[in-house]
Amino acid sequence: MSILTYREALGRAMTEEMVRDPKVFLMGEEVAQYNGAYKVSKGMLDRFGPERVIDSPISEGGFAGLGVGAAMVGLRPIIEMMTWNFGIQAFDQIINHAAKMLYMSSGQFNVPIVFRGPNGAAHMLAAQHSQTIEGMLTQVPGLKVVTSCNPADGYGLLKSSIRDNNPVIFLESEMMYAMKGEVPDDEHLIPLGVGSIKRAGQHVTLIAWAKMVSRAMDCAEQLAAEGVECEVIDPRCLRPLDEEMIFNSVRKTHRIVIIEEAYQAASVGSYIAEQVQRFCFDELDAPVMRVANEFVPMPYAESLEHLVMPEVERIIPVIKQVLYMR
Amino acid sequence: MASKNNAPVKSSAATSGSTQDKAWLLSVYQEMCYYRRFEERVLQAYTQQKFAGFCHVHIGQEALCVGVQRALRPTDYMISGYRSHTQSIAKGIPGKEVFSELYGKVTGCSKGNGGSMHMFSKEHRFLGGHGIVGGQVPLAAGVGFAINYEKRDDIIVCYIGDAATNQGQFHEALNMAATWKLPCLFVIENNRYGMGTDIKRTTSIDHLWKRALAFDMDHGEVDGMNVQTTHAFLEGVVAGIRKTKRPYLLDAICYRYKGHSVSDPGLYRSKEEMAEWMAKDPIIQLGDFIKKSKMATDAELKALDTKAKEMARADEDFAEEQDIPPDSQVWQNVYAD
Repeated sequence: MSILTYREALGRAMTEEMVRDPKVFLMGEEVAQYNGAYKVSKGMLDRFGPERVIDSPISEGGFAGLGVGAAMVGLRPIIEMMTWNFGIQAFDQIINHAAKMLYMSSGQFNVPIVFRGPNGAAHMLAAQHSQTIEGMLTQVPGLKVVTSCNPADGYGLLKSSIRDNNPVIFLESEMMYAMKGEVPDDEHLIPLGVGSIKRAGQHVTLIAWAKMVSRAMDCAEQLAAEGVECEVIDPRCLRPLDEEMIFNSVRKTHRIVIIEEAYQAASVGSYIAEQVQRFCFDELDAPVMRVANEFVPMPYAESLEHLVMPEVERIIPVIKQVLYMR
Repeated sequence: MASKNNAPVKSSAATSGSTQDKAWLLSVYQEMCYYRRFEERVLQAYTQQKFAGFCHVHIGQEALCVGVQRALRPTDYMISGYRSHTQSIAKGIPGKEVFSELYGKVTGCSKGNGGSMHMFSKEHRFLGGHGIVGGQVPLAAGVGFAINYEKRDDIIVCYIGDAATNQGQFHEALNMAATWKLPCLFVIENNRYGMGTDIKRTTSIDHLWKRALAFDMDHGEVDGMNVQTTHAFLEGVVAGIRKTKRPYLLDAICYRYKGHSVSDPGLYRSKEEMAEWMAKDPIIQLGDFIKKSKMATDAELKALDTKAKEMARADEDFAEEQDIPPDSQVWQNVYAD
């Protein structure tokens, strides 16, 4: 095991995959000479040269589409979005082209491509730089949507995403790039579609992904002092979703709180809630409850931003509610 | 190929090589007749409600299709928009598979998952039939990127409608192609109307080849109604791209005789304008040249057209007899293994 930051773990994953397969290349804004806006690709230009680590123009739709075209004829692009807010410019290529190509062509043209970059709010970046896109893109058949909450998961999942033969949306977080954690020294791949139990517990299931996992863990820690054992589960992949892991946890705890950095309506969380009530109806001892962003664009001021996000002090009362605690 | 003053190199009346050869001319004549007859049958079948969906036919634009295709190698790639029935046949997909696709049959080139707008063939390097105006242009840049990445000498032809040149992705893709020297031939099928809107009403420039100036990209203009000049010009353009890797923007002036789609009566165009373009009909033009050059008689040309009609009929007959896809197909190919 080595201690790596999340950004180092992602960089290692990309580097190993580029060594392994000459068809893998990295393209995006500032990924080469600048070493990445968030330094995820640090050192990769020196290692692989400008043919394989390519600074793009500021044309998200254009270079996303370039990646899709290259993938159609056999390359395996990694397309970095400096943030997914900019990646919204590329939604035409992702939704209309990458996701549909295999189906429209009845299996003739698959699109092995990873679109990766930070998703969700960082800190005081205001409305145009604080959005989450997983709800929008899990709506699209043909895409896989992957999140991770620590360096080891980021490493193992990014490697699997690069090897996957489908378009993969890989969601990172500005707030996590400096997070440190143990990463196996040997190559390790985490299959897409397999969730992870981050903390075992008997009394209530907390489901969260990406940086909300650490919020859930904080809640679990606080509630442990009050004798409550929370089970924290991270589906990691939102498409395909490890529904069995979720159901198994609910069968054990009989209560679930879904925590997500997104809006409540038509979100991944609302889908999970629907699945749980449908398949675990008899198991539930309390309504499925959810904590999500307030339904407003993200404000700038720190105090206001804090009010919008699912913070620990907003989550704990909801957990207590499903436990019928005072 | 751009001249110093940035005016485009234009195709001239002079043609050479294959475009004067009798066998070549007769086979081109027959091929254009076939595409005309094919699309006429498509139109008729659609009107008879034998299939549905959107349907955009290529009648009037045959010379460009053939003139470009015959300058390519089989290993070259092609990508297009939603008006691509005959381009896909030209690239090698059998007409019966294209007609089957229109009928939503399992023998279609996309097995009935694509329809009129989404013809695909990996075997023939036809990368679709795309329905989002301008969306295929970055894809073409990506194919050009891959060709260079793998150090091959193929090229990709990307057909674009005139109105797609106002789409942001067109500009983004041309910039990348020019900056990185991607072997892409962008062909504007300039039939002068984006659906029902005259390009002049939506576009600040008078000639679409001027789009290339913003990217310092080689560019030219062809009379897309004349297959001989188009082809002769394209041979030079394609050889140039293969050699230099510099992308090229071709403004190909042409005209579609039918509406944007089958449901469009085309009321926005005058009878005079239609008559003017019908007089330049690519098939009649070539037929006149062949007869004047005494390479074939009227009767011989008519026989070629009759053969073309039979081919188109056989394509439709084949499509009619085939099976629809099995229900299980709905769940296949959402994700690759």
